[in-house]
Amino acid sequence: MIRTAWLVAKKDLLIERRSRVLLWQVLPFGAMALLLSGLALGPAHAGTSSAGPGLFYLVMLFVALLMINRSYVIESTPGTRASVQTLGLDPAGVFLGKSLALCVELWLSGLVLLAGTVLVLHTGLHGALVALPSVLVTLAAMSAAGTLYGALTAGAQGAATLLPVLTLPAFAPLLVAGERSFSAALTHSGLWEWWLIVAVALVAYVGVGILLYGVLEES
Amino acid sequence: MAKDLVVTLHDAVVLSSGFPLLSGVELEIEAQTLSVVTGANGAGKTSLLRLLAGLVSLSSGEGTVAGIDLVNGDLRQLRRRVGWLGHEGSFYNDLSVRENLVFAASALERPLDDIDAAAHRVGLGSRLETTTKALSAGQRRRLGLAWLLLRRAELWLLDEPYASLDDQGRVFFDALLADVVDAGASVVLSAHDPLRSATLHPREIVVRGGRVAGGAS
Repeated sequence: MIRTAWLVAKKDLLIERRSRVLLWQVLPFGAMALLLSGLALGPAHAGTSSAGPGLFYLVMLFVALLMINRSYVIESTPGTRASVQTLGLDPAGVFLGKSLALCVELWLSGLVLLAGTVLVLHTGLHGALVALPSVLVTLAAMSAAGTLYGALTAGAQGAATLLPVLTLPAFAPLLVAGERSFSAALTHSGLWEWWLIVAVALVAYVGVGILLYGVLEES
Repeated sequence: MAKDLVVTLHDAVVLSSGFPLLSGVELEIEAQTLSVVTGANGAGKTSLLRLLAGLVSLSSGEGTVAGIDLVNGDLRQLRRRVGWLGHEGSFYNDLSVRENLVFAASALERPLDDIDAAAHRVGLGSRLETTTKALSAGQRRRLGLAWLLLRRAELWLLDEPYASLDDQGRVFFDALLADVVDAGASVVLSAHDPLRSATLHPREIVVRGGRVAGGAS
């Protein structure tokens, strides 16, 4: 399982490095969305608004949806799916590999957009740094959940539009917990209860993915 | 002496959304033989090959492929034992020829040393570092063959493999298939028309309306 996971993650990240979709398309989109959020808040509220963490996660949601969709588009070249199926890869390993690659991509995006949040929305740098570990765990949980739902919608008619509809209910608790955790870091209040929710969700999604990914692939 | 059977299908039915792709197929294929499945568009050639590859399940009937029961057997295990080449190509476009072959060899736990030999065997030795999307349709087909050579599959399933090949490519392909059968593997390929080959003399299996209409055994 671990060998397959490493193989799949390495392949997905290599494809991303080659295609540069994250670098030249998704990250600029995220940066623009963050900038527009700052403009929507207006200069009077910059630095004083508590909306920074929420806007950060809203933009991360858009970025995550694009990257989940991308993760399955690379498998959907005509013929590729059938050929890879005949390699007989361990589905749990495939799930872990795709989740890991997506997680690395979301972490890179998260770091850039977190810096953007500090610059554009004037969120406190110290608070952002304190919130960083919780952001990374939240994005890891989103990767695991997103990989599951990506497999569910891959190959379906209108997969790109079906994915957000199905994923949002799963992401909602993660986004709320992530936002609360980020806000708590900014106000130096209780951080751990929100951390715990995200960590439990991460473990749950990884467990469900390992158990059910093969079934989703076959269906 | 009769050879072992690599494929047996009895009253095999495959449904997709209630529509019969295959309806009551009777078929036997001996090991270490070359067979060509012919038929018109939509006759069921690709569906038959996909069934043999374990890519679709039997809806009813019974059958075995490479000794694995299509009803109760492990289809994932079957997929590892067959080599599938679809007519669309089957690779990651953003990876190079070498990277695609490394991925396949690693997944199958084959030695990476075999990659150069497989690429040279199919005439892609000088294109190993080329990105796959930069290959022509014929070169992509050759990459598919290299992928299959790495697999050392006991049953090769090739969906319209002669499409996109020029005359030189067809001659090369004929020679490769003859070598594969000589080495002990079985080959089933699909084509619109009977094979026009000076060297190969395959058994022809005619498919019409989701049934085998000729050459069933």
